[in-house]
Amino acid sequence: MIQTPTIDWFALMPVLVLLGAGAVSLLGAVLVPAGVRRPFSFFVTGLGFAAAFGYAATLFSESEHGETIVAGAMRRDRWYAFAALIICGAGFLATLVSWGERPRGDEHVGEYFALLSTAAAGMIFLAGASNLMTIFLGLEWFSIALYILCAVSAERPAALEAGLKYLVVGSFGSAMLLFGSALVYGATGELELARIASTAGAGDRLAVAGLALILVGLGFKASAAPFHMWTPDVYEGAPTAVTAFMSAATKTAALVLAYRVLQTAFPQEHGFWTATIGAIAVASLAVGNLAALVQRDLKRLLAYSSISHAGFMLIPIAAATQLGGRALLFYLVPYSAMSIGAFAVVAARERELGRAVDLDSLSGMGWERPFLGISLWVFMLGFAGLPLTGGFVGKFYAFSAAYDAGMIWLVIAGVVATALSLYYYLGVIRALYMRLGPELRPAAVGGSPPRETLLHVAVGAALVVTVGSFFAVQPLIELARDAATALPF
Amino acid sequence: MSSEWLTTMLVLLPVGGGLAVWLFPWTRYQAGSLAVLIALVEVGLWVETALAFDFDNPRLQLSQRHEWFSDLGVSYHVGLYGWSLWLTGATVVVMAAAIAYAFWAGRERPRAYFGLMLFLTGAIAGVFVAQDLLVFYAFFEAMLIPLYALVGVWGGAGRIGATLKFVIYTMAGSLLMLAAIVVFGLQQGTFDLVDSGTSNSVWLFLGFLAAFAVKAPLFPLHGWLPDAYRESSPEVAAVLSGIVSKAAVFGLLRIVLAKFPEPVSDLRVLVLAFASAGLVYGSLVAFRAPDLRGVVAYSSLSQMGLITLGLFSGTTLGLNGAILHSVSHALVSTSLFLLAGAIERRAATGELAFLGGMARGRPALATVLLAVGVIALAVPGSSAFAGEFLILAGVFDVGWWWAAIGAGAIVLAAMYTLRLISAVLHVAPGPRVTESALDLRPAELGIIVPLLGVLLALSAWPNGISAHSFAGDFAGAKQVQASP
Repeated sequence: MIQTPTIDWFALMPVLVLLGAGAVSLLGAVLVPAGVRRPFSFFVTGLGFAAAFGYAATLFSESEHGETIVAGAMRRDRWYAFAALIICGAGFLATLVSWGERPRGDEHVGEYFALLSTAAAGMIFLAGASNLMTIFLGLEWFSIALYILCAVSAERPAALEAGLKYLVVGSFGSAMLLFGSALVYGATGELELARIASTAGAGDRLAVAGLALILVGLGFKASAAPFHMWTPDVYEGAPTAVTAFMSAATKTAALVLAYRVLQTAFPQEHGFWTATIGAIAVASLAVGNLAALVQRDLKRLLAYSSISHAGFMLIPIAAATQLGGRALLFYLVPYSAMSIGAFAVVAARERELGRAVDLDSLSGMGWERPFLGISLWVFMLGFAGLPLTGGFVGKFYAFSAAYDAGMIWLVIAGVVATALSLYYYLGVIRALYMRLGPELRPAAVGGSPPRETLLHVAVGAALVVTVGSFFAVQPLIELARDAATALPF
Repeated sequence: MSSEWLTTMLVLLPVGGGLAVWLFPWTRYQAGSLAVLIALVEVGLWVETALAFDFDNPRLQLSQRHEWFSDLGVSYHVGLYGWSLWLTGATVVVMAAAIAYAFWAGRERPRAYFGLMLFLTGAIAGVFVAQDLLVFYAFFEAMLIPLYALVGVWGGAGRIGATLKFVIYTMAGSLLMLAAIVVFGLQQGTFDLVDSGTSNSVWLFLGFLAAFAVKAPLFPLHGWLPDAYRESSPEVAAVLSGIVSKAAVFGLLRIVLAKFPEPVSDLRVLVLAFASAGLVYGSLVAFRAPDLRGVVAYSSLSQMGLITLGLFSGTTLGLNGAILHSVSHALVSTSLFLLAGAIERRAATGELAFLGGMARGRPALATVLLAVGVIALAVPGSSAFAGEFLILAGVFDVGWWWAAIGAGAIVLAAMYTLRLISAVLHVAPGPRVTESALDLRPAELGIIVPLLGVLLALSAWPNGISAHSFAGDFAGAKQVQASP
């Protein structure tokens, strides 16, 4: 008879709730009459994210001491719970933005929401994974859901291109990760992260090669340079609500997991991976910022900005200290909010104009749509790391962590990158406020669609988090500190 | 209200007022008058603060401190020294005048405009009361946000290029400062300006110096200055040259001089050399500038060089003079920019070649411009003269040749100021000066005459500032430098 492991169902609840919500939406796609299908699946998904958020919060408070659960497949600790909180929050906001997203009218709306919650479940699963098998499982799980979501508006060639590109490049990344896992397993005979650390000798070439390939695989998901090539096309082609979700949640899952893998399984290769991560961070900062300088399309601009932010968030990972762990988790909170908020504003403008949004089509928007304009302004300042937004505190912590770990060159790279980034972030504000609409006549023919309350709520919430995380640093950083103690620094 | 809240209120009142002006659906008239009212209440609040302040105490006063994030030793810490109280005073007066002028001149989208002006007031006041490096940085950058919009949205035809240059220059400096702040704070274990000790790292010194040298601006980092001062509306140019530049004075005094005594004394000659170069260069360009704003802008560059001479003289006299001259330059520069705005409204140009002969039939304009100009050129007995004299006396102790350069520049100041006055008021009436161009209206006089009144009061009693900035003696100045 096969021994079944004891399962800590409570620790899995955020994942299970979201899977449940996905299943109900999917059933709704068949059983619920077409007229109420959108409200039904919207409601179920929103409720699922809210419930998962609640479970994650409880999990956070009740997982003071990390433990390995489900026969070594997962870790129940605050690191996992914190990531789950961010992903659930991001998912909830993305759901609000998705209400008005009508890639194919009301067709397949149930499937859309089901895929959204399934993808989030996979990301949360990934954040808690502590075994090379479950890591691969989680990665594929959310990736497959996202491949479909990207291509969901199948009548648009750009969407199909995005989906296909993501599928091909993403699969390549997954294959890298799988290959790396195989090499690590070959070197150590272990799958569980903590055991890899105790088995592997320092300088084992096979294990280092495996580690390098795992880094490549995670680099693809976090869209860090030089593994970023898919990002602008996919972000541009995917429905904007999906882009918003991906930019926040995928990065969170990939970066949080990367830190866990590196700290738990490869402390003996510390010197190798801190230098590598530092180099990837610098490359991402350089590529993201330089390429963003010449973008006109707003979604592409934000895509390159997200690449550069992957670079910023890799800085605290390279630091490999308690402070670095704290810095990463803190950074993720305002970053996720700003990213979802910015894409939500893009979505609003896109739906208003009925076409892709570039810098010219923003002109005058700041005055016509004061709330969205101010919000986008704040998000841009946050991305640029100016004070009165959490983005400033996040950068400050990231730089502090790098300096604390003796990596002053990362501080300098980060400062130079920030200076460069100002050009295009301020360019967006310039487009919003300093050019008048009539100059370029971007307004929609036949009047604007009605204001979307839910989208505005999402933007408002993102705004509150972005600004709030500047003022309420202390409570947030205490949570991040509690979460960071879960990793063996 | 307990007195330690006064300092915080100086920041919160205009920021909250700005939000109120911006968020509620006021009409143009209501928004403007509410903003003026708030700015005047802010002046009253400053007077109350000054009354609660003990000028014989050289230590930090009216301070307030709350944990912000404890693991890195950052707290919301604000407080005032005698000299920072004066800089704050200059801020509230200049901002009140600027807001009143904007109300009178009428600006598009008044709610946003006045909201931003009030927010800017709060941010500048915040810079002058900050006693924690991160709080300081936050306010220092927060100034940039409204300024970016004020120049970029309400500026002249070349506004977009001007803002871009302005922001790139200042942010390049600020980000160097941010890197320096991170390193300094982590080395010290705290970001608090009162708790932290001194450092002798030349790199950190240069990081801070770069930020303040751009903001002031000091030669040769003034590339943004002519465009920003020409393209913005007159009251914003007044604020930029009058008080935003004084944020650099605060930073130099509170951070650079106080925290880096060794690099300061090692590199003193270098800084003094650049300051003198700016002083002479600014004066010469001001003398050759073709337009009103150009003259005032480059004279501002030159006066900032003079103030830097005083700061880096390292003597009590020099420091006292620098503070007195900062306040007096803030008022002079504001008056001149507002007058330039008034003249540009009448002639539709600021080109000196098209102006002239405006004194005839316009006695109020002629009197006020002459009075401000006479103070600007540091006629003996004026507050500017007192400030410059103290600075020169202070810098004389470092080397007589610095004082000689400074004295030479004062002659140049007389030349460009007199050229400005005569080009506007005297000579034959310019092609753009029509008979119908009015004299200063009562509203304009109501804004500029109080500024002039403050200047005359300072001229009568310069000791009010120069003897009440560092508790009167060198020990007080030292105390700021060694941070109590």
